[in-house]
Amino acid sequence: MTASVSPQELVERALELSRADGAVVIVDAATDANLRWANNTLTTNGVSAGQSVTVISVKNGTVGAAKTQPKAGAGVVGRSGVDLSTLEDLVRASEKAAEDAGPADDANELIPGRVSADWDAAPEETGISVFGSFAPALGEALEAARAEGSLLFGYAEHSLSTQYLGSSTGLRLRHVQPTGSVQLNAKSGDRSRSAWAGVPTADFADVDIVAVGRDLARRLDWAKRKIDLPAGRYPTLMPPTAVADLMIYAFWSASLRDAKDGRSVFSKTGGGVKFGESVSGTSPVKVTMRSDPAAPGLECAPYVEAYSSDAFQSVFDNGLELGPTDWIRDGVLTSLVATRRTAAAAQAPLTPPVDNLILEGAPGGTGPSLADMVASTDDGLLLTCLWYIREVDPQTLLLTGLTRDGVYKVEGGEVVGEVNNFRFNESPVALLSRIAEAGRTERTYSREWGENFNRTAMPALRVPDFNMSSVSQAS
Amino acid sequence: MTVDESFTALPLADLAEAALARARELGAEHADLRVETVRSQLINLRDGHVDGVADASDSGLSVRVVYDGTWGFAAGVALTPENAALLAERAVEVARVSQPVNAEPVVLAPEPVHGERVWVSAFDVNPFDVPDTEKIAHFRAWSERLLRHRGVAHVDADFQAVQECKYFADLAGNRLTQQRVRTEGGLTAVTVDEETGAFETMRTTAPPVGRGWEFFTSNAHFDWDAELDALPGLLRDKLAAPSVEPGEYDLVIHPSNLWLTIHESIGHATELDRALGYEAAYAGTSFATLDKLGTLRYGSPVMNVTGDRVVEHGLGTVGFDDEGVQTQRWDIIKDGVLVGYQLDRRIAQLKGLNGGRSNGCAFADSASHVPIQRMANVSLQPAPDGPSTDELISRVRRGLYIVGHKSWSIDMQRYNFQFTGQRAFLIEDGEIKGQVKDFAYQATTTDFWGAMEAVGGPQTYVLDGSFQCGKGQPGQVAPVSHGAPSALFRGIRILNTVQEAGQ
Repeated sequence: MTASVSPQELVERALELSRADGAVVIVDAATDANLRWANNTLTTNGVSAGQSVTVISVKNGTVGAAKTQPKAGAGVVGRSGVDLSTLEDLVRASEKAAEDAGPADDANELIPGRVSADWDAAPEETGISVFGSFAPALGEALEAARAEGSLLFGYAEHSLSTQYLGSSTGLRLRHVQPTGSVQLNAKSGDRSRSAWAGVPTADFADVDIVAVGRDLARRLDWAKRKIDLPAGRYPTLMPPTAVADLMIYAFWSASLRDAKDGRSVFSKTGGGVKFGESVSGTSPVKVTMRSDPAAPGLECAPYVEAYSSDAFQSVFDNGLELGPTDWIRDGVLTSLVATRRTAAAAQAPLTPPVDNLILEGAPGGTGPSLADMVASTDDGLLLTCLWYIREVDPQTLLLTGLTRDGVYKVEGGEVVGEVNNFRFNESPVALLSRIAEAGRTERTYSREWGENFNRTAMPALRVPDFNMSSVSQAS
Repeated sequence: MTVDESFTALPLADLAEAALARARELGAEHADLRVETVRSQLINLRDGHVDGVADASDSGLSVRVVYDGTWGFAAGVALTPENAALLAERAVEVARVSQPVNAEPVVLAPEPVHGERVWVSAFDVNPFDVPDTEKIAHFRAWSERLLRHRGVAHVDADFQAVQECKYFADLAGNRLTQQRVRTEGGLTAVTVDEETGAFETMRTTAPPVGRGWEFFTSNAHFDWDAELDALPGLLRDKLAAPSVEPGEYDLVIHPSNLWLTIHESIGHATELDRALGYEAAYAGTSFATLDKLGTLRYGSPVMNVTGDRVVEHGLGTVGFDDEGVQTQRWDIIKDGVLVGYQLDRRIAQLKGLNGGRSNGCAFADSASHVPIQRMANVSLQPAPDGPSTDELISRVRRGLYIVGHKSWSIDMQRYNFQFTGQRAFLIEDGEIKGQVKDFAYQATTTDFWGAMEAVGGPQTYVLDGSFQCGKGQPGQVAPVSHGAPSALFRGIRILNTVQEAGQ
């Protein structure tokens, strides 16, 4: 059925069938393999293969006053399991949706044509064999944990998605996106001590699960001495993964439209946007937050892929080329996430969303390692990661959440024990104005958002007064 | 009501025969096939203009096996007998590759076989039969109605509909065809103070429901007119309201807020797979561990909580779960004591709970995902002759009345939580005063439920819930309802969120 027709053929045929004034067709061919384990044994696993076709039809407006240029409307319909016999039904449904939707606020010309050099290539695939050497290594790690009386929990996933994006304006773009990660959680046999690590990977060739297991065993040792601390503001070292937990949310909150509407932390009092304003406050660290589809190790789609229009993106922008974008440069807000429509309306730079995020405390992301930062800490907390992060107040971008799987007490440059967990209330934007020190930027995996946003590089941060709002008994 | 013809026209029986026969040939101890078509629609309007309309239909099939004591699962999209047989082979292969990681042979609780059965959820008007123009016009009119009011700067409107068709077949002989429909919609009004830059939002408190388009076209199930009339004034008052003074308050909580606290602090905490550690690396575990069953004092004696997948119009409601188990209703907390968990066939058998029988909580959100133990409708029961919300408020000297849900967060063992709401009214000497803003309540689960002095009567009971409960890896979303009466809590910590932000 679907196997007999190529994704390229589906794109071409859908565009031929289209009677709309313009159309974008996106075919996503994706394969996925995963393993999950708990209490030192397998819990679930699986492989899946899927292909979906999304048709975006554009109908030029015919309503409204004749003298004004009526706005176009767009209809988006996506379906899986489509073949040549069911394709026309999908195209017609999309056209009907475009008619029914009426004029769209973000209406625009479709992006002019260009063709990827590898357009003709077949989709790339993954399968259970991607774990061919990982599964036995994991088996060894589980064996070792059983022998030591500790417990391992975790998850490994690999996906390969090949996208074909074609348009009536001549776009023929292909993008292959590998995404993978391993998360390992170690607990003492009585479950009173817990440690975690997350490793992003594109192909599992670079994952040394036995080494990750050793690191967690060391952390479980740190936790043998328990230190109770009350709620309060503490000097805190945030590792790169915890920084990613907060900064990804700040990025998702950086829509130009919301800022222009006066409803975001980036809105200026009395109207307008805080472009050109410092976000570093009293901090000696002037961070740069940026995205770049070609960033080494973080490669992602070099063009806009939008399945719906919202404050962040526009279906009319599909295929728009993406380049390196500085959101914050040397501590100053320079860009917010824009569509062609919102950028024009705000007379702001056209900076669409990119599927990776990099934070740097110094040019080139140089700085001390987290180990160096621990060594230069007289008295403070070292976090492992953050969890269950939710927005409390969009005005300040106040977020709440928990520390998880290891808050360590550092004294005289060394970890001396494990502290209880806390609920925090902090704003990533406010944090940037209070950073005392930033470490070396490195590839990291956000525990909170990694499954939706895999590609980040972050530094460790030293925060003089992280707001631990209350104690959590959870361990 | 009947199942969508485009679904029943699929070669379901042939797919089952092909997959199950191949799995049997290969020696699987257990095998099941699921075929699903999940149709969904999202309509978003901003200030009455269409922001985005997206329709999706996800269909596919999957085979799950137990082979040599190990799970194997494979999913695909081509609905052909050849592919179904291939997926059975792949599932067995996945089991073989995974075997080095498996130390605990999988055994499933034995369950009665139901043979061929059809189940369809209760609704009047299928939202997918209503023209998009009509749905858009409906929400446009509501948006414009709000925008006409002084102080309303923006209005976001959203509508979502889902139709889920499922076919389940297993080696034991189940052949189950089911369909359910759900809808959700709301409007959020925004006000901006140009001088100070302060902004506030207020969202309608209509629950997501296992109903069709009829939910939106009358005031029979939710009083839309009253809600839309009140919203602009409530929003203006909120912007002008004083910032709450932090400290201890008595709380009267409306079901539109309390359902989410139930979801997080009871619903997830009484999932047995979490208590066993299956979610330890991700969603977390539970303080309500198995050794505490029958003894843990979860809350005050007025606390009675049930689990069910049978209540009409419930989002978690279905005829049979994704392991072929007939759905049911049972006690989770009785007179404040933990007495039950949510179970699937494997964990029920593993721990011998419920007489070694599942209570029907297996669910997968699509054909491409494996079923895991998911939340039933977990509901706090009202007191049969219980008080009205006004009577509860009259018992409070200094407190807050909290309506509508907003921000939520809870720790990985379900102890420490923090919630905000759409609006909070100050209560003084038993009477409602004006709103306060910037409030959040923070507590530990058993302290909070232990401080529940009274639950309202059936007249205060509302079935609320969510389309978006997340769990599992790969991540799955599940719809679930939570019923609650209004309830009175004594001495709960209220934070001021502006002070928390250090401002």
